[in-house]
Amino acid sequence: MSHETDTAHLPVTEDDVRRIVREEVQRAFKEDPSTRKAAFAASKGTLDWAYPPLILGSSAAAVGMDTTIFFTLYGLNIVHRDFARKLKIDPVGNPAMPMPVRIPDIVSALPGMVPMASAMMRAKFAKNNIAAIGELLDTAREAGVRLVACQMSADVFGYTQDDFVDGVEFAGATAFMAEARRAHVTMFI
Amino acid sequence: MDVIEDRLVDARDLMCPMPVMAATKAMRGLRPGQVVKVLATDRGSLGDIPAWAEANDDEVLESGEEDGVFYFYVRKAE
Repeated sequence: MSHETDTAHLPVTEDDVRRIVREEVQRAFKEDPSTRKAAFAASKGTLDWAYPPLILGSSAAAVGMDTTIFFTLYGLNIVHRDFARKLKIDPVGNPAMPMPVRIPDIVSALPGMVPMASAMMRAKFAKNNIAAIGELLDTAREAGVRLVACQMSADVFGYTQDDFVDGVEFAGATAFMAEARRAHVTMFI
Repeated sequence: MDVIEDRLVDARDLMCPMPVMAATKAMRGLRPGQVVKVLATDRGSLGDIPAWAEANDDEVLESGEEDGVFYFYVRKAE
């Protein structure tokens, strides 16, 4: 037997095995459709909390993920036709909200404070060139993000299909979970 | 660099996530191998544009800053 034949039949080394396993895992990961799927649940209906699901959802679509946002409970405000009026921010009980001067809750609770705080937030965001909610909704839809309204929440609030912006689908919690279980990225916001 | 872009995305003054979303929209209209040039002033785009490109297997050919404007040349994956 020649020397050449001997080396050709050498047993695989531990390094070879590690390399093969690494390559196979990488390939499997790359081919796993779940890595290309994102599912968000948006449960909050205030102006500030309307941003994260729309920004993260759009970004997920931008990195090539098949993305769904499930709007449940107050989150329905975000996809309501009247979102511009419904999404507000309340300074009461919101110590994180930066105010020009510290205002006691008893003053913040006065009539007119919620519209004022909401207008202030919109102005501050606009001044910093942050997209408005309507623009983010359009962007998300354009990027192919599926907007799904929770059927049960819609029923509770008495909303029908016509109450929502175009393109909103209806589904239940189980339908969402059936999607989410195949998604590597899931978030409850 | 002698790269000539096939599409220019002017995302100056736009904030996260709009530069990436504008670039995504432009990229959709390009053929594999074509190049998009993205202009942005959002400092977040320094991390976001390369991350976006990498996730889509696209390639950042060149990036830099000129007069406070960040620029990125991104080639669409073959």
